[in-house]
Amino acid sequence: MQTPPRLDLSGITKRFPGVLANDQVSFAVQPGEIHALLGENGAGKSTLVKMIYGIMQPDAGEIRWNGARITIANPKAARKLGIGMVFQHFSLFEAMTVLENIALGMDAKIPARDLEAKILSVMQQYGLKLEPHRIVSTLSVGERQRIEIVRALLLNPNLLIMDEPTSVLTPQEVEQLFVVLRQLAKEGCSILYISHKLHEIKALCDAATILRGGKLVDTCDPAKETSRSMAEKMIGGSLKDIQRGEGRALGSAKLAVQGLSIPKDGPFGIALKDISFSVKAGEIFGIAGVAGNGQNALLLALSGETPSQNPDAIQIDGSKIAALTAKQRRLAGMASVPEERNGHAAVPDFSLSDNAILTARDRMGMVSGGMVNARSARTYAGEVIAAFSVKATGPAAMADSLSGGNLQKFIMGREIMQKPQVLVVSQPTWGVDAGAAAAIHQALVDLAATGSAIVVISQDLDELLSLCDTLAVINEGHLSKPMPVAGANIEEIGLLMGGVHGDPNAPTHISSEVAHAY
Amino acid sequence: MRIKLEKRSVPSTFMLIATPIASVLLTMLIGVIVFDAIGIDGQRAVVDIFLTPILASYKWQDVAVKAAPLIIIALGLSIGNRAQIWNIGAEGQYVLGALFAAGVGIAAGPTGGPFTLILMILAGIVGGAAWAAIPAFLKTRWDVNEILTSLMLTYVSFQVLGFLVGGPWKDPNGRNFPATAPLPESLTLPILFQGTTVHLGVAIALILPFVFWVLMSKSVFGFQIRVVGSAPHAARHGGFDAKQTIWMALLIGGGMAGLAGALEFTGSLKAINLGFPSGYGFSAIIVAFLGRLNPIGCLIAGFVLAVTYVGGQVAQTTVHIPNSTAGIFQAMMLFFILASDILIRYRVRFIPKKTANSTEAHI
Repeated sequence: MQTPPRLDLSGITKRFPGVLANDQVSFAVQPGEIHALLGENGAGKSTLVKMIYGIMQPDAGEIRWNGARITIANPKAARKLGIGMVFQHFSLFEAMTVLENIALGMDAKIPARDLEAKILSVMQQYGLKLEPHRIVSTLSVGERQRIEIVRALLLNPNLLIMDEPTSVLTPQEVEQLFVVLRQLAKEGCSILYISHKLHEIKALCDAATILRGGKLVDTCDPAKETSRSMAEKMIGGSLKDIQRGEGRALGSAKLAVQGLSIPKDGPFGIALKDISFSVKAGEIFGIAGVAGNGQNALLLALSGETPSQNPDAIQIDGSKIAALTAKQRRLAGMASVPEERNGHAAVPDFSLSDNAILTARDRMGMVSGGMVNARSARTYAGEVIAAFSVKATGPAAMADSLSGGNLQKFIMGREIMQKPQVLVVSQPTWGVDAGAAAAIHQALVDLAATGSAIVVISQDLDELLSLCDTLAVINEGHLSKPMPVAGANIEEIGLLMGGVHGDPNAPTHISSEVAHAY
Repeated sequence: MRIKLEKRSVPSTFMLIATPIASVLLTMLIGVIVFDAIGIDGQRAVVDIFLTPILASYKWQDVAVKAAPLIIIALGLSIGNRAQIWNIGAEGQYVLGALFAAGVGIAAGPTGGPFTLILMILAGIVGGAAWAAIPAFLKTRWDVNEILTSLMLTYVSFQVLGFLVGGPWKDPNGRNFPATAPLPESLTLPILFQGTTVHLGVAIALILPFVFWVLMSKSVFGFQIRVVGSAPHAARHGGFDAKQTIWMALLIGGGMAGLAGALEFTGSLKAINLGFPSGYGFSAIIVAFLGRLNPIGCLIAGFVLAVTYVGGQVAQTTVHIPNSTAGIFQAMMLFFILASDILIRYRVRFIPKKTANSTEAHI
């Protein structure tokens, strides 16, 4: 007799007010299989996973576990069955130790000493390196993820759900994570792997289920597909390549940053240390790095939200702007898009029209005599919506009624259509689906073609490599020497992301340490 | 059956308007029940507190005169509250406004005319704003909580009041009572309708809400206040200065309270004694929330609160309950309005027993 699938979903349907999040989704995960769940934002991946982990209940359809029909009432019940989950956003207390954090997440009360012994044995089994008594705030993102993985592994899971696990890791850390996942699979644990990084899925997964608009599109073998073919199934259309004008030449230096240092704000902040780079007219300059290495501080320092002590540190076309406020820098031609959409780049409970006023009011002439011209704000918001194909009911739609990708398109459009001399963007396609990401990339390339200087801060190395002319890596508030993307070496970039700064002896040392860290 | 709160895709305009009305009605209902339970004719008390001031035309002037300071103070407070800046010291700013006006009046002597009167009212605005500038300075300079400083300064203002009316400003002909000399006729606000107590301040309280409405909904300043309150990081990103917002919110709140104090002094009381602080500065907090921090809402809510003030006095004589009973009703209204706020952004859903599930997975 054939063994039944570890997890078998049939006809799973979940309806929210106004949306059908999952429509008759059926697929199976075999024991020991690494199964990818692919889809654009809003395709229904999260909803589906939440039902498997017991956070939500399906409206219709059945879940079979090792052949038996079950109801998973809550996450505790899921863990009891042997379903573990590692979330994209970690739920860790920064001020507590690794051990305390793991103890807090356990369903059963275990004496601290026994727990520590169990943790050490799990870590040894999978070659995961973690010091149980370290305070979480001192750990890197990769190490924090290891806590979550250990926490899940302590349950001896039969199915491990991983939600976009590599988005915060360096290329080397990704490789080491894959080693652990492959070992788990070999031991019979099934893995449901959610990601939008198609080459990772090709490298890691045995099967891939693709969702689009809540419906199952295909379950395929990633080895037999190309990244492009899977992407096209995901978006339900053909993917556009970035169109670059032929023979474009870079102009003179437009944005010059020289010796920019900012002290850290708060105990968990990152200080910027002597950052220098320059971006020419027409150039797209990428800043790579693992999350939490000063990207946010750099964006705030450039946009003017954090004042600088040194007025010469930032110049546009030779004029010093570092002493100017955010509003004055906008008028001087500098636009920016911070990483966080909700509450930073946009006000969630304001209309799109009001959100246009937020950053475009002075450059786009929406203010006269201290009064806001609501009509011109509406017109501008409408133009952004049309030009960037934002799916919204109109300029009066509330920002939080838009999906993440659509709001991001609106925010990017709002800045780009102001035709800034310098545009600084952080994570321009974070959580944005492939179709919208391509549109945003194209808009950035087109803006550069008009002679603007663009800085793209991103954790997505693939994005930077395909988009940028020049690349530098930020690590613990230091910026590496810029390098042209054309001759960039992924290995070297990965090491810089891990904290090596041009020391010829360091790479071998670091890579061996990172290697046995996992 | 389970009860579940579900986020609405758009805030409900119906609930925005319906919840304050429901709060007033619920307050009346609970009032009847509670008073009946303790052996007082609850229906009579509630009718006297909420309806008599509206139905008896001779009470209208009292309602209008009491509503004026409540509306003016609430307008200023609602700007601060929109920006999440909590000035609860309006009572002190109200007192300082009256004292500044009195100071100008005393300095000008009994010969002053309309020009002096205008100067007194402007001085009232300056006085209230100056008192609110202290919490603003402490907050922007050392991040001192403005709730504490503004409240504590209220008690300081009572001492200032006591010192002035009991000392340098005491009426020489006042039989040694701690009070200022009554204002001369020429320095009091004109009466709008002969034979009533309705003074010019009432007209100002009717016009100002529309000025504030334009300010809040059409100006860059109003936009700034709304962004700072809703998403402070976005405000910073949009180039709005947080410290400037704190200063403006507190100065406007204080200035309006000071204006109300000056108008109350020159329009109604005409002299300042130890009883001058009558709680308008605190009740205006209720008015601001009952009015949904909306200027026109404050206008309506100011009248509702004024009705309960006047009604409280009526009930005092008819059912012999203490005047402070009105305070209980005002507090109940604030309680209900804050509790029902959630219905604007969430809807209540009743989920039948069927989908409620056991805590264990059954295999």
